[in-house]
Formats: sequence, C-alpha cells, structure tokens
Amino acid sequence: MSMILSEEQVLLQDSAREFIKDQSPVSLLRQLRDEKDDFGYSKELWSYMTEMGWAGINIPEKYDGLDFGFKGLGIIMEEAGRTLTASPLLSTVVLGANSIVLGGSDEQKSTILPKVASGDCILALAVDEGPHHDPENISVEAKKTDTGYLLNGTKQFVIDGHIADYFIVAARISDQAGSLTGLSLLLVDKETSGIHIDRLSMVDGRNSANVTFDNVSLGASALLGEEKNGGDLLYKVLDLGRIALAAEMLGTMQQAFDTILAYLKERKQFGKLIGSFQALQHRAAIMFSDIELCKSVVMAALTAVETNSDDLAQLASLAKATVNDAYHQISNEAIQMHGGIGMTDEFDIGFYLKRARIAEVTLGSSSYHRRRYANLNGY
Amino acid sequence: MTDLNEFQQEVRTWLEVNCPASMRTPMVADEVTIGGRDTTFKNPDTKLWLERMGNKGWTAPTWPKKYGGGGLSPQETNILKQELKRIKARVPMISFGLWMIGPVLLEYGTEEQKQEHLPKIVRGEISWCQGYSEPGYGSDLAGLQTRAVEDGEDYIINGQKVWTSYADKCDWIYALVRTNTEVKHGGITMILFDMASTGVSTRPIKLISGLSSFCETFFDDVRVPKKNVVGEVNDGWAVSNRLLQFERENISADVFASDEVFDVRKIAKDYCSGSDGKVSDPLVRDSLSKILMKDHALKLTFKRVMEGTKAGSSTGSTSSIFKFIGAELNKDRYEFAIDAMGQQGMGWEGKAFTPYQLDVAHEWLRSKANSIEGGTTEINLNVIAKRVLGLRDS
Ligand SMILES: Cc1cc2nc3c(=O)[nH]c(=O)nc-3n(C[C@H](O)[C@H](O)[C@H](O)COP(=O)(O)OP(=O)(O)OC[C@H]3O[C@@H](n4cnc5c(N)ncnc54)[C@H](O)[C@@H]3O)c2cc1C
Repeated sequence: MSMILSEEQVLLQDSAREFIKDQSPVSLLRQLRDEKDDFGYSKELWSYMTEMGWAGINIPEKYDGLDFGFKGLGIIMEEAGRTLTASPLLSTVVLGANSIVLGGSDEQKSTILPKVASGDCILALAVDEGPHHDPENISVEAKKTDTGYLLNGTKQFVIDGHIADYFIVAARISDQAGSLTGLSLLLVDKETSGIHIDRLSMVDGRNSANVTFDNVSLGASALLGEEKNGGDLLYKVLDLGRIALAAEMLGTMQQAFDTILAYLKERKQFGKLIGSFQALQHRAAIMFSDIELCKSVVMAALTAVETNSDDLAQLASLAKATVNDAYHQISNEAIQMHGGIGMTDEFDIGFYLKRARIAEVTLGSSSYHRRRYANLNGY
Repeated sequence: MTDLNEFQQEVRTWLEVNCPASMRTPMVADEVTIGGRDTTFKNPDTKLWLERMGNKGWTAPTWPKKYGGGGLSPQETNILKQELKRIKARVPMISFGLWMIGPVLLEYGTEEQKQEHLPKIVRGEISWCQGYSEPGYGSDLAGLQTRAVEDGEDYIINGQKVWTSYADKCDWIYALVRTNTEVKHGGITMILFDMASTGVSTRPIKLISGLSSFCETFFDDVRVPKKNVVGEVNDGWAVSNRLLQFERENISADVFASDEVFDVRKIAKDYCSGSDGKVSDPLVRDSLSKILMKDHALKLTFKRVMEGTKAGSSTGSTSSIFKFIGAELNKDRYEFAIDAMGQQGMGWEGKAFTPYQLDVAHEWLRSKANSIEGGTTEINLNVIAKRVLGLRDS
C-alpha cells in the first residue's frame, strides 16, 4: 500500500494541519512582506517548527534528527503550502540537509546536521545561474589550488540565499559546461571573504538572493562528496527538492481550490449562486480531476524516495510537471472566479497566484521536466 | 508469498503452452471478436485462445469458480494480468458481458440468472449488447420511453433503442424499459432477453470511421418472462447506474491497456526521429511527453484509488473522473498519432498504406466516440461538479 498514508503519517498530517492553521496563517506572510522583514520568515514560527522536530525530520537520529522519512517531510511541505508558509523548509531541510546527509563526510555531518536539527543553521543550495533552472549548464568555476579551491562566479535566485549560514555551491572543476561530469558540490561558510549577497524582492514575497563568489578561497575539506562526481549527488538532491516542492505546491493549489469552491457556494448573481452556472461547474470539475492526478504523482514520487526506486528521476519530473500545470491553471482560475475581489491585494488569493509562478519555475518548469522525461525515456 | 510465486510460475508455463504465437502480436481490427453463437473467426488462433482462456475461467479471473470464473484472489489476478502483459497477449474478446452485465448480475442477479448467464459469458458463448439510449433520450437517459407492460408471467415490450453497439451481432440484450409512466427515475426496470425473440429487429448505422458497429434496435411486442428482470421492478435506475460505473471504469481501463497495443512513442520515433534516434522536433517531443505523462499520472491515480478503496476510503464518483480523463487522453493520443504520421496516417484505404496506418486513421475517427459513449465528457463533469463538489443547479 504505497499510495496511501500509514496511520502514523496520518497523525503527522493532522497535527501539521492544525499547527499551520493556527500558527501560520497567510496573514503572517503578508506581514513579513509589508514589513520587509530582514529574514523573510518568522523566527518564532521556525522555532516552533523546530521544537516539533521538523527541522531535523530527514536527519539521522545520530545527528539529533527524527529520521522520520521523506514522506513525512512531504506531508509537512503540503500542509505548509496550504497557507504559503515562509520558512527554511525547502532550502535547509530538503535541499541543504539532504545534500549533507547524502554526500557529506562524517565531520561535515557532525558539525552541521545537529545545528540544522536544532534550527540554528540555515543552508542554501546555489545552483542556477540565470533566470531558468538549467543545472546541465553550470559554469561557475572552482579552480583547484594547492590547498583547496578558488571559487568564482555568480549564482542566481538562490533560495534563502541572504540568510544562509552555509552555501552548498554547485561548481565546475573542469570539463565543459553542458555535461554532468566535472561538477562538484562545495560547502561554503557565509563568512568566507569574497562573497557578495544581493537579496532579491520577488513577487511571491519569499526569499531569494543573487550570490557572487569573487575569488573565494576554500580548503580541500569544503568538498561535499567526490570531486568531479558531484553531478549525481546534485541530481539526487534536486530531485528531492522537486518532489518536496511539488508536495508544497499540491497543498497550495488545494487551498486555492477550496477557496474557489467556497466562493462558488457563497457568491450570488442573477439571483443564484455562481456555482450553479455550468460554465463554472465544469471548470471546477476539471480542476478537481487535475488535483486527483497531482495527489497520485506526488505520492508516487515520495514513495520512490523512501524505497530508493530506480524510477526516482522520472517520477520527480512527472510530479513537478504535473503539479506545475495544474497549479498554473488553478491559480489563474482562482483570480477569474472571484471577479473583481480577486484582483485586490486585501484578499489573499493573489498571493496564491504570485507563489504559483515562482514555484513553477523553481527547480524546473514544465517544459524542462517534459524534456527530461523524454530523455529519461529515450525518445 | 511462495504460493504466489508458484502461481506465477504456473501461469507462465500455462501461457507458454496455451497462448498461440499470433495472439502475442498487436491486435488487428478485423481479428477482434465479441464471441457469441454465430461468431466466425478470421484467425483460427483467436478461437483457440478464447476457448482456452474461457475454459480456464481467466477471461473473468475474479468471478467465482461456480459461475465459470477463475476464482482468483486480487493478488493472483494481478499476477495473471502481469504475465499476460509480459507476453503482450491480446485480450481474448471484447465483451459487454464480462465488463458490464456480468458484474451487475453478480451483485443484483438471482441465483438462477447467475447460473444461466455467467458461465456462458466467461466462455464467450453468448454475447451481450446494451439497450439504454433512445432517439430522444441519450444524456437524459432517465427519460426513456420503451414500454414494458405486464401480461401474466411476462412483460410485453415496445419501443426503440439507438446506438446499440453490436446489436445486429449479439445474442442477448440487457435493456432499460419503462414499467411506470408516472415517475421518471423510479419507473425504470432492467430486463434481459434474447435478441432472437420474435419482435426484435436491428438496423446497422454507419460510423464516421466507416465501420457500422452500432444499430437502431426496434422492439415490437417482444414477450419476456418476468423472471428476467434484474434487481427489483422500478429499481432499474440504481442497477443501471451501477452498470454505468463498471462501464466507465472499463472504458478507462481499456484506455490504459491500449498503451501497450497502441504505442505512440514508437510512432513518434518511426515518423519524427532525427539521426540520433530521438524525436527531432522539440514541439512534437513536448506533446509526446504531455501524453505519456498524463497516462502515467492516470495509472498512478488508478493505483492510488484502488489502494484507497481496499483501505476503506473512497473519493466517490471516481469512475467519472477516470472516464473523463481517460477519454480525453485517448483522443489526444490519436490526434498526436496522425499528427506525427502526417498524411501517411490519414489514409482511408488502398495499397499506399500499411494495414497499421489504415488502422490508426480509422481508430482516430473511432476515438472521437470515447467522450460520447458511456456518458459524455460534459455529463461526467456534471457528475463530478454535483456529486463530488456539491455544486447545485439553483
Ligand atoms: C460508439 C458509440 C457506442 C455506443 N454504444 C451504446 C450502446 O451500446 N448502448 C447504448 O445504449 N448506448 C450507446 N451509445 C450511446 C451513448 O451512450 C449516447 O450517445 C450518449 O449517452 C449521448 O447521448 P446522445 O447521443 O443522445 O447525445 P445528447 O445527449 O443529445 O448530447 C449532445 C451534446 O449535448 C451535451 N449535453 C447533453 N446534456 C447536457 C447537460 N446536461 N449539460 C451539458 N451538456 C449536455 C452532450 O455532452 C453532447 O455534447 C453509444 C454511443 C457511441 C458514440
């Protein structure tokens, strides 16, 4: 029974849903945005989340984590997505912690993972170098030196880049751009000299930054995993990120859909509920059916992570593309079906549209993932 | 576990011996059989394959043995399906009996009805057609007017059905008839009768694909014993809805199966690949991914719903969701195929085209019915909107 939740997972889902509803309403994101909060997430909320063990949910017990499994993380992402919760879950818990769990040395693990689990360390994976997700064409370079590496180049749209304590930088040690070989992941302390961080203000109000590495000198111990063989590690971590983000988006789109449905049952025109108009009924039914497909692909992908399936890459692309397209459609309908009120900043639905577009392109747009699915399937 | 392994071995060996080689090649349209009394087989292997599977009960793997079924557990059924898929075995027959009326009889039929009809369905000895739609009542099925009037131990049936698939070739019909004219839904009864009965006549209708697989069907004072009623008199609407659920599930299950039989990926490679063997036009490639990914997502959803049902949680009206998505997907698949094949995929007849190419062209036309038969896409969306989402008409 891989496609449905276990009892334990259902309990986690219930408690996560309650918690998010009480502690992280959309108004929290609104407040962070309006106050131009320095961190871009609520430290108080993050400390509650940490208390519940979420920061260490994927970290082995040996390093103070919960080791609950990836489905557990998926459940949390989905619930957090419902209210557009801004938190370091994706950057730190999914992408960051898993990079270290999968590729780190014992020393890297024991220095960093316990701090992540206690909520005291933010990690940021620095991959993209332009407006589109394109890990195949990384050109930021780490030159080998006698003592380690010299890092040069700019990473863009780094999630939580301006608050990270460490960057995990995907860099090329040699070989040409356009291949996976020659890539390495480097763990870089934000205090190292030569790092310039430029916080970005994006439409969704969530965190991202451009980060320039200007002759940043690193020791040999900065290497995560094997030199030049970081491509596989990076791809694995990116797939985990895509799947977790798809789970988050699944939660967000369901909430957007619930909001639409409630409005269809409340708003009257021509003396009837607008939900009685067949033009809207059919579109609602199509959205509902799309969500059903999304639930399945996300669940299958989460399961694939837990069973370490050979299909992981394919399912990650399937999940991200399917969820991207459905959320895209739902986010547009969410505005349209609310009429004028949908266009107002005061009403929350606009946040769901803004988050949609950023989430869609993060870690790969639909066309990227359809191309990848084609490559993986040999056509 | 070892029991299942043994079973798998047994199935594999049996299929090795019993599935004729030509039944492991892609289906060709004129070798499809619906079984029945006067069936002729173009390919003798089709007959052999149907007989062997039928005698084994494996055309209806989950039905009880006492009604001729395979008596297999769900796990065993899965293994059987996997093994059939592994050797790319053809479906032994297309059968409304197996897919629709059989499952309904298992739930609603009298013991006598089960004994009489189910074994013959399993072995493909009697073929069934469905008498639901009428000229004035398609989507609005519950308005149907075909009358059944009591006469002693019998009903006398008068009226007309339309779009009755294979009516001219089938042996028996399950029909919806009106037994009460005062109320709409509550006046409908499901009844079974032999198409050879006096007063039954059919007239084939030609489809856009050139085939005439369905008919106008006329009932003129047809006498049917009361014991042929399925379920309760005037409770036919519930029975027919149950049957429609099976139908919708099967139409979508059929669509899943066709992935193996109708391989769009191969078409794309054969007609649109560059020197590296990959599809060269990025837009064609993207369209292909859209189709294959939708198909993948739908299969996973099928799996999820099955597991959910087993665990006792159900989304409700899932058959409408599957029917809607599956039908639209299959139409997209054929549109993709003729687009990828270009004019070579649009031949009507003649030597300039391979039989496969001609099949694709005709099946493309046939696929347009997917979103009409068994409840239109619009009707399925209505069902989702009303029953699942609770949107009302006023
Ligand atoms: C290949 C094929 C095989 C078939 N086989 C059988 C069979 O074996 N036995 C049998 O009984 N029937 C069979 N049918 C009939 C099929 O069930 C009907 O065609 C179907 O139910 C639609 O009815 P209709 O053709 O009268 O169309 P109509 O109901 O007249 O529909 C016309 C259009 O109006 C739309 N429409 C109707 N009502 C609504 C509404 N409330 N809201 C929105 N849109 C609406 C429909 O979706 C459709 O687009 C078959 C049909 C086909 C194409």
